[in-house]
Amino acid sequence: MSGAPSNAGVTVMTGNEAAATAAALARVQVVAAYPITPQSPVVEQLSARVESGDLPAEFVTVESEHSALTVCITASTVGARVFTATSSNGLAYMNEQVWWAAGARLPIVMGVVNRALAAPWNVLNDQQDSMAERDAGWIQLYCRDNQEILDTFLHAFRIAEIVNVPVMVCYDGFLLSHTAMPVDVPEQAAVDAFLPPRPTPLQVVDAADPRNIGQVTLADPRADAAGVLCHGYMELRALHQRAVIEALDVIPRVDAEYAAVTGRSWGGLLWEDRLEDAEIALVAAGSLATQLTVAVDALRAEGVRAGVLGVRAYRPFPGAALRAALAGRRVALVFDKALSYGYAGPICTDLRAALCGEAAAPAVFGAVCGLGGRDVSPDELSAAARRALTDHKAGLRERADEWLGLAL
Amino acid sequence: MSTSDCHHEACMATPCVGEAGHTGSWRSARPVLTAREACLAVKSHKVTCQLCWVYCPDACISKSIGPRIDLTFCKGCGICAEVCPAGAIAMQPEHETGVCRL
Repeated sequence: MSGAPSNAGVTVMTGNEAAATAAALARVQVVAAYPITPQSPVVEQLSARVESGDLPAEFVTVESEHSALTVCITASTVGARVFTATSSNGLAYMNEQVWWAAGARLPIVMGVVNRALAAPWNVLNDQQDSMAERDAGWIQLYCRDNQEILDTFLHAFRIAEIVNVPVMVCYDGFLLSHTAMPVDVPEQAAVDAFLPPRPTPLQVVDAADPRNIGQVTLADPRADAAGVLCHGYMELRALHQRAVIEALDVIPRVDAEYAAVTGRSWGGLLWEDRLEDAEIALVAAGSLATQLTVAVDALRAEGVRAGVLGVRAYRPFPGAALRAALAGRRVALVFDKALSYGYAGPICTDLRAALCGEAAAPAVFGAVCGLGGRDVSPDELSAAARRALTDHKAGLRERADEWLGLAL
Repeated sequence: MSTSDCHHEACMATPCVGEAGHTGSWRSARPVLTAREACLAVKSHKVTCQLCWVYCPDACISKSIGPRIDLTFCKGCGICAEVCPAGAIAMQPEHETGVCRL
């Protein structure tokens, strides 16, 4: 930690309370959400704060997640700072509007309290819900504990409003959402200094100077009323891609700006634990990566040079930063709490692609774990690391993904 | 061809005629005033009825005595023919007009 911390004090709170606290500190103006386990307490809290007059925002109750995000889209279009949160099937139900929010370049911030998708019905944690939305054009940030949840939501508004791309702040259902831990809550004045009011939106909404917004935009560029050749669909998509890629620079910059105000930095795109001299890097996102630090304690005690590489930003995917962090490692073992059925875990697949063609790239092994809330113990994680090292020493450079703790 | 003069980072346009392009090229059938004498406005020599003008979703029918339909933008949806109480408008397949040869 560095800088001059400016904190309202340490409070013991759940991950969901941290999310709601951050939204209120961000002075959100519109909240629209539909209840779903394990997200519900986030918006219950915000609803209570709006009702009490503590938070001067519009709280819009809706009949579905699809409508929740639609309200956020319209409110964000007219310039409001908006917040929503969901989980699992709720996010899946939003899917159409998830794409609209991103394509319309609206800086909406959404909490995704990671929960397994049905069928079969399950309310417990994995990361399939948000991972399945990775291509929708949102920025995705994953949190390892409740302090990071609070801080990352504040980062998220800033990032979203710089690049005009919506941000999903993802954190593990129950493991973080319903687990209480101490959280340093920054002073409102410190948050205000870090997060100015929302800049002018990209879209013009002015009755005296009307616009069509999100109008039919066909393949080719076309001249507008003034004769200016305007972007076609592909030009707009290329600008969107450019904005998400720009976030690779913006995310670490915002992390540093926040650290200057609160004294807390989260590493920007990635974080490391004892990686510098490691022969095996254990890679994951979210609270699973926190557990990996415990597994590394055990491995290090045995003399195994292991380290953790935590993925904070999954979209944009920090390929260059991962290549740099993994240079000199022999093995990267990626733990995914999600799966692209018929292929492999999403982080594992993306990491393999990022390392492809690198001269001294580590062997990348994948492990699928924790689906539907299946418990993952540090002992299992360290045992998986030992197996990976054994396989690597036996000459394996590729192998089928492991499924941890599978009883089949 | 470059869109370098376009400053719309997100999809947005100032409303104008033809904003969606020459949508008339999408048409597979065109509205034709086959029974002009039946049109209520023509019959009464007044700007009356005008249901075709009201319902045209693409605003390409003029408010007039006897509808004037802008075929540059008419997509051929057929709503005008459907709502005309006098049956004055019929939809004619484009291949019969000789404009579109399949």
